[in-house]
Amino acid sequence: MNSKEITTQISKAADFLNLKKWDYGASFSNDYSVQVDKGEAKQLKASQKQILTIRVWNQSNLVGITTTSDISESGIKKALKQANIASDFGNKNESTEFSPLAKDPIKFKEVKKRNPVGIKKLLTVLREAEVKLLESHESIKSVPYNGLSESFFERVYANSEGAFRSYSKSQAALYLYARAEEKNKKPRSSGSVKLGYGADDIDIESCIKEASNKTISHLNYSSIKTDKYLICFSPESFLTIINAFSSMFNARSIIDGVSLSNKNSIGEKLSTEALNIYDDGLHEKNISSTPFDGEGTPTKRLCLINRGRIENFIHSESTARIFKTTPTGHAGLGSKVSVSPDWIVVEKSDENFDLKTSLDHSTYEGEFVYIEELNAIHAGVRASQGSFSLPFDGWLYKNGKKISIESATVAGDIKYLLKNIVNIESSQEVTTSGISPHIWVDELSITGDA
Amino acid sequence: MLSSQIKSNEIVFGSCNKDLLEEIIFYGIGLGADFVEIFIENTDNSSVLAEEDFITSVSPSFGRGAGIRIFKGKKDGFVSTNDLTKHGLMRSVSQAIEMLDITDNKRELFNGLNKHRDYSLSKKKWINEVPSIHEISEKLLVSTKSLKKNNKIITRKGSYSRNLQEVIIASSDGTYVSDIRLHQTVGLNVIASDAQYRSSGSRRFGSSGMPNEFRLWDHEKAANDVFESSMNMLYADYVDAGQMPVVLANKFGGVIFHEACGHLLETTQIERGTTPFENKLNEKIAHESVTAIDEGISEGSFGSLSVDDEGMEPEKSVLIKDGILKKFISDRAGELRTGHKRTGSGRRQNYSFAAASRMRNTYIAKGEHSKEDLINSISEGLYCKSMGGGSVGATGQFNFAVEEGYLIKNGKLTSPVKGATLIGEAKEVMPKISMCGNDLELAPGFCGSISGSVNVTVGQPHIKVDSITVGGR
Repeated sequence: MNSKEITTQISKAADFLNLKKWDYGASFSNDYSVQVDKGEAKQLKASQKQILTIRVWNQSNLVGITTTSDISESGIKKALKQANIASDFGNKNESTEFSPLAKDPIKFKEVKKRNPVGIKKLLTVLREAEVKLLESHESIKSVPYNGLSESFFERVYANSEGAFRSYSKSQAALYLYARAEEKNKKPRSSGSVKLGYGADDIDIESCIKEASNKTISHLNYSSIKTDKYLICFSPESFLTIINAFSSMFNARSIIDGVSLSNKNSIGEKLSTEALNIYDDGLHEKNISSTPFDGEGTPTKRLCLINRGRIENFIHSESTARIFKTTPTGHAGLGSKVSVSPDWIVVEKSDENFDLKTSLDHSTYEGEFVYIEELNAIHAGVRASQGSFSLPFDGWLYKNGKKISIESATVAGDIKYLLKNIVNIESSQEVTTSGISPHIWVDELSITGDA
Repeated sequence: MLSSQIKSNEIVFGSCNKDLLEEIIFYGIGLGADFVEIFIENTDNSSVLAEEDFITSVSPSFGRGAGIRIFKGKKDGFVSTNDLTKHGLMRSVSQAIEMLDITDNKRELFNGLNKHRDYSLSKKKWINEVPSIHEISEKLLVSTKSLKKNNKIITRKGSYSRNLQEVIIASSDGTYVSDIRLHQTVGLNVIASDAQYRSSGSRRFGSSGMPNEFRLWDHEKAANDVFESSMNMLYADYVDAGQMPVVLANKFGGVIFHEACGHLLETTQIERGTTPFENKLNEKIAHESVTAIDEGISEGSFGSLSVDDEGMEPEKSVLIKDGILKKFISDRAGELRTGHKRTGSGRRQNYSFAAASRMRNTYIAKGEHSKEDLINSISEGLYCKSMGGGSVGATGQFNFAVEEGYLIKNGKLTSPVKGATLIGEAKEVMPKISMCGNDLELAPGFCGSISGSVNVTVGQPHIKVDSITVGGR
C-alpha cells in the first residue's frame, strides 16, 4: 500500500468509526548492511520495514494513538479501533491539536536519491577498507566493530484536514573501529564514522585514515592524576555535551519540570557572550536532514543561544500553544508528543573580545587535556540536575608532549562549563551530530588512576 | 486477540504452519544453504504514563514480522520482513541466498520438522488476564499520588509497559517451536528540589510470564523507597575522586557484573576477539569468593524464558565457580564460530534482529557474610546503595554511575554523596571482589547490545571490592 492509499484507507475506516479528526505518520524503509571479519563476510543483513502511527481525536477532543507494522486494510482498521479506545484515556490536562503549520510550504533542497549499490559491492568495499586499515599500522590487529550500510526510506505525514507531506531519501553509513595491541600493553581502540547520501558518496579513505590515526595515537598511554585541568573539547565532544543537556532549550522538558530552564529563562545568560548555538536541521551538511517533523511542521533554523543568552526554545504544537508561540519543527509523533533537537551548530559570535585566542589546540604549548570523545552519556549525565561524570578518550598535552589518557572521567556541571568557556576557536568542523569549533573550558575535574 | 486473520499461504498464529514452514526451509536448503532458520513474531504491546495526577500517555502497538537466517559455512545472511505470506518469506530466503552468493551444488539434508513443541498452550489466556488500561491507569495514579510526600518533590512519574510476544521458530535441524512471552514493567521516578539543590530517585520492577504481577505490586513500598532515596540525596555533597574500597548493594548492584564481566563471557565477544577471557577457560579470573551464574529458568524473573529465540530450552550456566571460569554464554552462531556449546541464550529484541548470545538472569551467588560484615571491614570507602546505568568500552573498560552513595568511615555508613562513577576493567576488578554477602536478590533491567534490547535480570548479594577508581569532583 502506498502513502496515498494509506490515507484513503484511514479516511474510510475513520468515517466508519465516526472519527472526524485524525492524523498519521508512516515510514517505509529498505536497509542493507554488511560486517566483515578478517576478510570474510560475517553477517549480511537486509530488512524491509514499515511503521504506521495513527492518532485520533474522539468526540470529547481527547487524543488516542496506536502504532503498528501491519499496514494492511485489516491492520489499519484495528489500529484506528485501538486508537479510539486509547482516546478514552487521553490527557485531559493538556490538549493536542494539528500543527497550524502542517500545510505551510516547505523550503527543502531535495537531494537526489541514490540507487542501491547492492550487498556484493558493500561487501567488497568493506573488505577492502578492513584490509587497508589492518595494513595501516603493525599494531592494529583487528577491526572488531565494522559495518557498511545503505538505507532507502520514505516518511509521510497526513491529517484529516488535508495536510499531506512526504519525502524519500537514501543514506549510507560506514563505521570502522580498530583494535591495536602491543606487547605488555593494554589493547587500545578507536574508530571513525562517515555518512553519505549513498555508499558511493562516503569518503572511505578518510574513514580508514581517521580510524587508524586515532587508534595509533592512543598506543602511548598513561594514567592521569586526579585534578582540575584546562580542557579543550573536540567539536564532537562539545556537541555531545550540548545534545545531552538540550533539555535546557526544550519546552517539553520545561513543562515536565525536568529542565534546568523555566518558562522565564528566555534572555538568561548562560555563557560567554562569544557563544552562539543554533539548531539547524536543514543545514546543507546534515545528511540526515528531514523537511518536516512528526506533526508535519516544517523544519527550520532556530537560534537557541545568542551571544551567550537563551534566545529560543524548541517546540511541538502543544508546547508552542502553552508558551504562546509557534511550533518550531521539533516534534515526534507519539501519545505524548516528544520534542528534540535536529542538528546543533555552534559558532563564535561577533562579541568575542574576552576570549583567550592564544588557546588553539594545534599550537598551544601549555598543559591541557584534549577530550576527543565522551562515552556512556546515558549513564553519566543527569540532565535534570545539570551534572555529568563521563569517561572519555583523549590526551594530556604537557611539556610539548602528547600522551593518551587511560581510563579517566571528566565531571562537572553544565552551567559551570558554559560559564567557564575561555576560548571558541574560529574553525568549525562538521561531525555526524552537528558543527562546532574546538571549545576551551577552564578548571574541570578529571579523575584518573594515577 | 493475538491470532491473525486466516489467509491461504500465510503464517497463521495459533494454527499449524508446519507444511508452509517446511516448504520454505526446503526451498532454502535446495538453493544451497547449510542451515535455514525462520523466526516469526506477533506482538501486542501497550504502555501507560502517569505524570503528577494525570494519565499523560497511553500507547498501544501491535505488529508482526519474520526474520530469516541462512548459514553457509560460518557466515550468515539475515533478512527481516513484515510480509508473512509464502511469497514474502520465500523472497526473503532468496534474498539471503543471493547475499551470501551461494552457488555451489552441495546440498544439506532436511528431513522435515520435528514434532511441534508448543510452549504456548497454557499461556494463550494471558492476554485476557493482564490488567486493563483502566486498571493500570488507576493504580499508576495512586502510585504517583503516594510519591507526593512533601513540597520538595517537584516531579512525579509512574510508567507501565506490557509486551506480549507470540513466536514461531522453525529451522532445518528440525526445530519447530511456538511460545508466548509476557513481560510487564512498572517504574516510579521523582525529582526533588530545594533552592539550588536537586536530586532524583527511581526504581523499576519487572516480571515475565505472570499476568497478575502488576496487581500484586506493592506501590506504597516502592513509593516510600523512591521518596527516601531522593530525600537522602537532595543535599548530598559531591564525592571526592580517588581509589577506595567499595561495597555494592544487592539487587541492581549486579549491573556491574553484567556489564563488566558478563558481556565479556558472550561468544560474540570471542568472535570479535574483544574479550580478555577468551583463552581462560578453567583458569582463575576472579576472587575465590565469586561464583557467577547465568540462567533463564527462575520462575517469573525478567530474563526467564521457556525457550530461547533459536528454539532451545535455556540452561543454568555456571559461568564462574569459586573464581574459576567454567563456561561462556553461547548461541548457534557462537557454537559454530567458537566451538562453545549452545546454552539456550540465543536472544533478540524482535524479528528484525538475528539472535546472538545474550545474558538472561545473571548474578553472583550468595556468600556467607552479612551486609554489616562488609561495611565494618572498611575504614574509608564508599557504599553504593543504588546504581545507575553504565557501559563497557571496546577494550573492556567499564564505568557506572552511582545513583545513591554513602561514605563509609570506620566501618559505619555516614554522609550521602552524589556524582560518583565507578571505573575499571573486569579482569582487574574481578579478583578484588573479596567478600560476598548472604542476601542475594535480583532486579530487572533492559540490556542493549548486538541483537537489540532484551529483558534481563541482574543480581548479587552485597559485595565488597577491595579497591576501585571512583570518579567524582
